[in-house]
Amino acid sequence: MELLYNIFIAPFVEMGATPDFLLQVLWEGFVAGTLYALIALGFVLIFKASGVFNFAQGIMVVFSALTLVGFYAAGLPAYVSLFLALVVMAVLAWSVERFVMRPLVNQPELILFMATIGLSYFLIGLGEFIFGGEPKSMITEELGLPTGSTTIDIFGGFVILQHLDIAAAIIAAILVICLALFFSKTRIGRALRAVADDHQAALSVGISLNQIWAIVWFAAGIVALATGIMWGARSDVSFALQIVALKALPVLILGGFTSVPGAIIGGLIIGFGEKLFEVYWGGLLGGGVEAWFAYVIALIFLMFRPQGLFGEKIIERV
Amino acid sequence: MFYREAGQFKSTYKADQAIFPILQDRMAIAFYLAVAFIAVPIFGSDFFITSIMIPFLVFSLAAIGLNILVGYTGQISLGTGAFMGVGAYSCYKLATIFPDINIIILIIASGFFAAAVGVLFGLPSLRIKGFYLVVTTLAAQFFLEWAFIRIPWLYNYNDSGAIEVPQRETFGIIVTGASATPSVRYLIVLAIVVAMTWVASNIIHGRIGRAWMMIRDMDIAAELMGVRPLYAKLSAFAVSSFYCGVAGAMMVFFWLGAAEVESFDVNHSFLILFMVVIGGLGSLIGSFMGAAFIWVLPVILRAVPNFIGIDVNAATVEHLNFMIIGALIIFFLIVEPHGLARLWALAKQKLRVWPFPY
Amino acid sequence: MSARTLADISAGEELLSVDDISLSFGGVKAIQDVSFNIMKGEIRAIIGPNGAGKTSMLNVINGFYHPQVGTITFLGKERRKMRPYMAASQGISRTFQNVALFNGMSTLDNIMAGRTLKMNKNFFWQMLRYGPAMNEEIEHRLVVEEIIDFLEIEHIRKTPVSQLPYGLKKRVELGRALVAEPTLLLLDEPMAGMNLEEKEDMSRFIIDVNQQFGTTIALIEHDMGVVMDLADRVVVLDYGRKISDGEPAQVQADQNVIDAYLGVAH
Repeated sequence: MELLYNIFIAPFVEMGATPDFLLQVLWEGFVAGTLYALIALGFVLIFKASGVFNFAQGIMVVFSALTLVGFYAAGLPAYVSLFLALVVMAVLAWSVERFVMRPLVNQPELILFMATIGLSYFLIGLGEFIFGGEPKSMITEELGLPTGSTTIDIFGGFVILQHLDIAAAIIAAILVICLALFFSKTRIGRALRAVADDHQAALSVGISLNQIWAIVWFAAGIVALATGIMWGARSDVSFALQIVALKALPVLILGGFTSVPGAIIGGLIIGFGEKLFEVYWGGLLGGGVEAWFAYVIALIFLMFRPQGLFGEKIIERV
Repeated sequence: MFYREAGQFKSTYKADQAIFPILQDRMAIAFYLAVAFIAVPIFGSDFFITSIMIPFLVFSLAAIGLNILVGYTGQISLGTGAFMGVGAYSCYKLATIFPDINIIILIIASGFFAAAVGVLFGLPSLRIKGFYLVVTTLAAQFFLEWAFIRIPWLYNYNDSGAIEVPQRETFGIIVTGASATPSVRYLIVLAIVVAMTWVASNIIHGRIGRAWMMIRDMDIAAELMGVRPLYAKLSAFAVSSFYCGVAGAMMVFFWLGAAEVESFDVNHSFLILFMVVIGGLGSLIGSFMGAAFIWVLPVILRAVPNFIGIDVNAATVEHLNFMIIGALIIFFLIVEPHGLARLWALAKQKLRVWPFPY
Repeated sequence: MSARTLADISAGEELLSVDDISLSFGGVKAIQDVSFNIMKGEIRAIIGPNGAGKTSMLNVINGFYHPQVGTITFLGKERRKMRPYMAASQGISRTFQNVALFNGMSTLDNIMAGRTLKMNKNFFWQMLRYGPAMNEEIEHRLVVEEIIDFLEIEHIRKTPVSQLPYGLKKRVELGRALVAEPTLLLLDEPMAGMNLEEKEDMSRFIIDVNQQFGTTIALIEHDMGVVMDLADRVVVLDYGRKISDGEPAQVQADQNVIDAYLGVAH
């Protein structure tokens, strides 16, 4: 009885009793969700254009952030470092297309997927080789990002909003809007959608797959850099982040692999869900449930709707 | 010249069905076994046996387990590390609860616990395919890692949070714990690995193995031929996890001596996946080659700079190791998705017809 | 009607009947109110223009698609939703429009795969291999070798199927379907993309199968010459509806069929 009470009643009583705390938890969930959504967005970009499930997206986040910090540490001004980090991501995109994607074209999805795991390992090694393995702090202020926080008095209590988190949410929104415009309004965007629909047909009307893939990987690189800055500003920049970045996978399960709005909504669901669950129910299980909550939700979800929230039901043919 | 099958005619289907139909291959296998069982324990140093041979065998067994799932059945898994953990923790609990039962029996028994957990997390594979399975197996990985930390009963409420191997004897010989000699531990591991490899080979060459491969190559056609996806996939998950579980139990009991959750983390899942990819998807011999490659490469990388007199620090070697493994994975996937095993087969094919090109 | 075994049904009696089948995917109606039957021992052709729902019909018969309306009666037993492996275990075997061989396996293993349902030695024996499992394997190997002989593909026995040319792949696929000793064999465009010589070979195999083994065959084919020569009866689909059914000559003269193939003057 007491267990049932602890599961079904106590958490809600607590939420009602301290609504300011609930708001704070929701805000934390929102911020975490935004970051998950950004990583998932990188996955979706590449998956849409090439059918490749890019396991290295999380590593790209860390790698791009490390590059940025690395250039700054070498004595370059912050904005020059930012620009150079973008250049590095462009080079990376080009190299990946040239040395990984192109030789593996038309291979089964699973092979491509494992190639991206190989790519992650390579990038981890390379990143640590160049920048060293120890965690670094992000150059938040130097990039002109706001720090500090606002305290809002509400429900007889208060909620603390970090300015950085607000900036992160705004930048994420701008990024999504830019990508959406890019996809729908530009010539390259149209080519991209064509490639996503049918590689062969796109080739036959003269679209260069190689060029498109390089562009997509670069776009994913930009998203990764933005994510890396936001994330790095909240905690340190280190390869430990890659484990957290894997949470983009359950986000994709919820949102569907090809849907940009799906990635965002999926990210937010996971973000909210995992913070609420950790804070209000985690104690029952001994805590630390954040590590697996997202995956288990995705697992349960898969049982009922394998195609995701926004995906189409697949009709199999023989 | 010597590797020639001329004159070896197969007059029965039984002879044709043999796993090593060529006489020279059978001789080579006998030779390797002789070296492994006799020469290594006699001539191998303790370091060689403990730090190279035992881990190599343990990882080979885990790679065989994962290969059954990925290489033979086409179901990807990133939960290998955790399934090994299930084997290790259940063996530890069994050894605590039944101190009088022979430890080797307990090690095999712990495989069944891993198999049960594997089947549980394999259930979603009936409805989902490919990448989706990556997520469910990651769910297994992270959930189990969490369980290994948060359920103190699993490690007997030790303050350290680690499982420590008790001393056990078999036929009056100490086989586990700190005072067991490397040779004894090595021979037990070797015997188990050889026996289980033989069984895996038998299953793969028979009806069940064929059903797995049918599911891998064309699941729809397989079902229309009468393969039940439920049985085929879950049996693959069960057998695969059983192998991983036994490997995990042996890893702790015969190699590490004590282990915490870090020994079963997601990086180990990747490591074993790499062994399978580099060794060759769908090849038992490849699983051994991949394990040898991934395990021995860092050892060599560490030794080479010292040998030629350059001072390189350990961290750099570690980073180089990551880069080389990552690049090799991509290289193998591009050039030879069937891995080292295929290169080996090609070399043998050339040898068969040598000195002619065809 | 109660369930019957194959032996209860004499040649010329109804083996399978499809009644008022409708199948749709979302808004797309793939098959609408189609009924026809297949008699024991006959070669039944399903023809129609592209997108007429022929392959969908085969998929319904062997349980891969589940029609929203209608019933299928096989061997006197009406069945509701069934999984493809159940259809296989009742004796329905098939080949595919786009060859669906097991690409990672040799020709021999592919054809052995067709015997899956006939083999039953359990896991324990499989683990040991030597003994009962091996005896079973060899017993079935004999059957497989007979079919390999019949289809004249001895020389590619150990070749991985991914390396075979298209015509041989089709033949291996037929072999895989045949070793299951099917009661009803479904062939989805067995001659698509073949040259004249290969078509002649394949036609010969189909007739041989029908006459030597007495296997009932339903086939989809685009080559009218082949259909008219091989088939005992023909059913014509167009836009998911049945527009004609009968003997080849009869169907050929049907105005509906001519309209469907040549278009109607409005």
